[in-house]
Amino acid sequence: MKTLYLVAMGDVPKQVMEWIEHAAAEWLPVAIRRLEARVIPERAYDPKRKQYQSVEMMKMLAEMLPPDSCRLLGVTDVDLAIPMLSFLFGQAQVDGPVALISVCRLRQEFYGLRADEDVLRSRVVKEVLHELGHTFGLVHCDDPKCAMSLATHIQRVDEKDEQYCAQCGLQLLKRFSSQEAEVS
Amino acid sequence: MKKNWPILVVDDEEVMCESMAAWLREDGYRVDIAPNGQKGVELAKASDYAICFVDLKMPEGMDGIETMMEIRRVRPEASVIIITAYATVDTAIQAMKEGAQEYIVKPCNPQEISMLVSRILKLKKLQSENAILRKKLARQYRHHDIITKNPRMEEILRLTQEIASLRSTVLIRGESGTGKELVARAVHFSGNRAEKPFIVVSCAALTETLLESELFGYERGAFTGANAQARGKFELADGGTIFLDEIGDISPKLQGDLLRVLQERRFYRVGGSREVEVDARVIAATNKNLAEQVHQGRFREDLYYRLNVIEINLPPLRDRREDIPLLAEHFVQRISSELGKEISGITAPALKLLIAHDWPGNVRELENVIERAIVTCHNGVLDEQDVSWLRHKDLTAPVWEVPDVPLEELERQAIVAALERKQGNIKEASAALGIDRSTLYDKLKRYEISHRN
Repeated sequence: MKTLYLVAMGDVPKQVMEWIEHAAAEWLPVAIRRLEARVIPERAYDPKRKQYQSVEMMKMLAEMLPPDSCRLLGVTDVDLAIPMLSFLFGQAQVDGPVALISVCRLRQEFYGLRADEDVLRSRVVKEVLHELGHTFGLVHCDDPKCAMSLATHIQRVDEKDEQYCAQCGLQLLKRFSSQEAEVS
Repeated sequence: MKKNWPILVVDDEEVMCESMAAWLREDGYRVDIAPNGQKGVELAKASDYAICFVDLKMPEGMDGIETMMEIRRVRPEASVIIITAYATVDTAIQAMKEGAQEYIVKPCNPQEISMLVSRILKLKKLQSENAILRKKLARQYRHHDIITKNPRMEEILRLTQEIASLRSTVLIRGESGTGKELVARAVHFSGNRAEKPFIVVSCAALTETLLESELFGYERGAFTGANAQARGKFELADGGTIFLDEIGDISPKLQGDLLRVLQERRFYRVGGSREVEVDARVIAATNKNLAEQVHQGRFREDLYYRLNVIEINLPPLRDRREDIPLLAEHFVQRISSELGKEISGITAPALKLLIAHDWPGNVRELENVIERAIVTCHNGVLDEQDVSWLRHKDLTAPVWEVPDVPLEELERQAIVAALERKQGNIKEASAALGIDRSTLYDKLKRYEISHRN
């Protein structure tokens, strides 16, 4: 069985990594292993925007892909962006091996509110399901409760359930039963 | 792919292109990227993109505005969104003036761009649905340019489909302007000869000798001026269809020649000694009563039966008045665009006037009336006053020039016409002629007019 690898990019609380491991194990019939945390390269930082360029970090993930991996999910606590968009909760290659999520904007503190562990855990789980779903070929779902629905702001993340809708869940299941999860 | 709408991103910065494409792909779109304007235009030529994101500033080659203009030239339907890092009012105005759908400043909020994309695509979807519905609606009424909802015409159209791929000769009868050639075309273009030529010959337009060489061609030296061999219309129609309009007007000699072609599928060119073989389907048309001409000895009976294998009788427009609004609207749309005049339609009073008119010239007359009305119309819609002259035309008694023939011949013609109008019904014909039935029978006998009930 091939393996889903998780890797922290920069400082990420241990507990967050555990939540992620748990969520992935619940939904995906793959072995899950953690790689050692990596330092975020300086070149990914955009001083003008005081944010990190997601594209650079995705490149770095693609370069460190272990040979026995089926997917590699990077987790970071820094604020992500791409040139066109002011921020990203995460990014994934549709039907590709690499995905990345940022915890930064999932925290209540980011919005000037008091930290809330339950809220953070729930949001992290939804983002993990969302980005990993992309790597297994799922695209955005029209059901606002589904983890695969597009969230362009934090309220939309909170409206989602911590699960896939029946249709997306079934598609994912088919994907594994036909053993297409392997990425060539 | 979830959504059937490809998107193009044109930007000289690879990071920008790649990241934007990746983000849109998560939404299920097929996304192509181009590193410069030229490549973008090239891709737009090959693919019908629903949306093109184009960066305003590209240092090499075409800039964003030029790229957008070129994309819109090759794909007028494409929605172009201009992307810029710095918002300046001037460039925004210029971009919008040149046809940009939107103008966005990067970086922008994910929600903003997501809403923009779905708004544009919603509009595209509506536009494409609209086009499909229009096509469906058009198909409901149109059949190779024949517009009708009249049951008799629909029956005729069904018949044209059934006979389209046969080789049998067709005789189309109908008054001038009823669309005999259109029906002939419908037969030809619905059948297995559609890819082959459809050749039209108007038999009334030419003298006997000219028509002969027109139909059968001629050999070099066949007559003065025949400097080279020429192929006739029958040869040109080989494999296809020859449409002989106004067949009732051809001379007895040509009737004989035609009969031979129909029977043997071969003929001689004028002045030629070698037979030419052809496989041309013959569709003939006439506004005359050929059976009557046969009876009078003006048309060969054998040719008549050869031609009349399948008969189609087209009703005059006054017998299919329900088609007048459809036809009128169609002509308004077509002619106004041909003349480059914006006419939105016809008002109800104008339509009422058109429906009431008797249309002796049939659909062709209606077409001419609409054209005249469009030319003189000044308020963007055809109103009663634009066709009011029709009313005077109707009130004026038709000018009838008395032909220079014996009185008996006039009487004979009047009886034949009355019988034809009343489909051979003696009671109705005699009433129309103002004589009693026995008198009519008497005259039928005297003039040797056959009739059928």
